[in-house]
Amino acid sequence: MSMDVTETLDVKGQNCPMPVIKTKGAFEALAAGETLEVVSTDSGSMSDIAGWADSTEGAELLEQKEATENGDDVYKHYVTKTD
Amino acid sequence: MSTETSADPEAALTADQAAELLDRIDDLESEVAELQSEVGDESNKMVIIATKGTLDMAYPPLILASTAAAFGYEVTVFHTFWGLEILHEENSKNLKLSSVGNPNMPVPNLVAALPGMDRMTTRMMRNKIADNDVASVQELIEVSLQSGVDLQACQMTIDLLGYDEADFYDGVTTGVGAASAFQEMQEADIQLLV
Repeated sequence: MSMDVTETLDVKGQNCPMPVIKTKGAFEALAAGETLEVVSTDSGSMSDIAGWADSTEGAELLEQKEATENGDDVYKHYVTKTD
Repeated sequence: MSTETSADPEAALTADQAAELLDRIDDLESEVAELQSEVGDESNKMVIIATKGTLDMAYPPLILASTAAAFGYEVTVFHTFWGLEILHEENSKNLKLSSVGNPNMPVPNLVAALPGMDRMTTRMMRNKIADNDVASVQELIEVSLQSGVDLQACQMTIDLLGYDEADFYDGVTTGVGAASAFQEMQEADIQLLV
């Protein structure tokens, strides 16, 4: 599938609570309709970012996926700003 | 007798009385609207009272505070007693772990009480924190302040411990006490004592 990613936030090597806090900061800078990609190595970010998006007005979590990059598990999140 | 005829309860409302009632209805309507806007107020608030100053206990209030700010909460952390150490610029870099009275430590209390043991367990903990990509206390303070968290240092404890207001991180609120903390707790949706 193809997704129009406007901005990518790299929070690899950062643990809870940093991925959510930095996601919030990058999300604020988006315009309506834009999508943020967050790349994390923190497995807890899967539930943390899902919970954050669920509670945040104007944030819609499009997809979350796990991948392996250079032998590391990475967790990718796609959040769109709806308004 | 003449007064009785003018105050006939069966008579229709006079123009003045009607106007008065309409005014009253207007007043009540605006009052209801005001109350409804207060009830539906989306701004949420959390207050944490941080009382502990060991390395392990510095984390929960800072992590929760910065996370709540990311959730759009207005957050105040009121630091009192040993909680002040977290905001003290110099001391916050040297927070220690207590190895005595902590059953999770790998050494028995009798050994833990030996001189130098706290230093050793603190070093172990700091290494673990770094190995696990966990942010430092200073980083969390920075990120909390940037997110708009109000980090407050209890004035009474500042005086009690002989600290100076200049000892604390820039952006820390001083000159606050139990009453202002209580007032904020009253307005908050979440209140925690750590």
